Amino acid sequence: MIEPGLYHILFISATLFFIGVYGFFTRRNLVTMLMSVELILNSVNLNFIAFNKYLWYDRLDGVFFTIFIIAIAAAEAAVAIAIIINLYRSHKSIDVEDAEEMKY
Amino acid sequence: MSGSTIIFYLLATLTLVSALLAVTTRMIFRAAIYLLFSLIGIAGIYFWLQYEFIAAVQIVVYVGGIVVLIIFSIFLTQQAGEQLPKQKLGRQVFAALAAFCGLALVMLQLAQHTFTGTGNKAIEPTVANIGNQMLGVDDNGYALPFEVVSILLLAALIGCIVIALKSKPETT
Repeated sequence: MIEPGLYHILFISATLFFIGVYGFFTRRNLVTMLMSVELILNSVNLNFIAFNKYLWYDRLDGVFFTIFIIAIAAAEAAVAIAIIINLYRSHKSIDVEDAEEMKY
Repeated sequence: MSGSTIIFYLLATLTLVSALLAVTTRMIFRAAIYLLFSLIGIAGIYFWLQYEFIAAVQIVVYVGGIVVLIIFSIFLTQQAGEQLPKQKLGRQVFAALAAFCGLALVMLQLAQHTFTGTGNKAIEPTVANIGNQMLGVDDNGYALPFEVVSILLLAALIGCIVIALKSKPETT
């Protein structure tokens, strides 16, 4: 095993991103789709931190981007869950296949 | 091979395996718990990179906030022990193919590219440095985005209350 560096962390974040994409494609339940989105956002954060640590260590911009992404992700999750609960009240289901009135 | 290397590979395995389980398991509550472990693994990687403040924020916001919110919404909308319906095989195969092709493309680009960083003196990501720059109003300060994010959080808070509010029954 070699000493881990930038490429290892980029590999982890790329794999995490595409695991999230796979989950987003296959899942049909809104809560689990939200979980996949969280995984994707986390992979982006990991990328920012890795670049800040290994390439642009004379600045702190990656740290700020990560902090702002985390804050926005928290707001996004809260709004998404409010919408999901509202959808459950009106449809008694949170499956995306059951909420298709606006399709036609 | 040093202890730090072993810890890094353990954290990476924890993160990726629990992320994979989180998107493939059919028990929705277990998916939430696997997501929790994946986020903890990412926080561990931040600790390993010595970005302690980001790791703390990750644990407080993601593990303590978002996962708890997701678990609450599972309890509110789902029978906890129930399994999700089986997915179509074709959809799974094509999703896996698309994800794998994307990953292969990114890895190919990554293998051909060499990164050149700066040679300048490093700034330690301590809380004091982060705080001074975040609330600074000079050229490198992040005071304006900070305020914009605070407005966004306020808007999200009000929006959540409005959306999730029970509508009164119609009195006609």
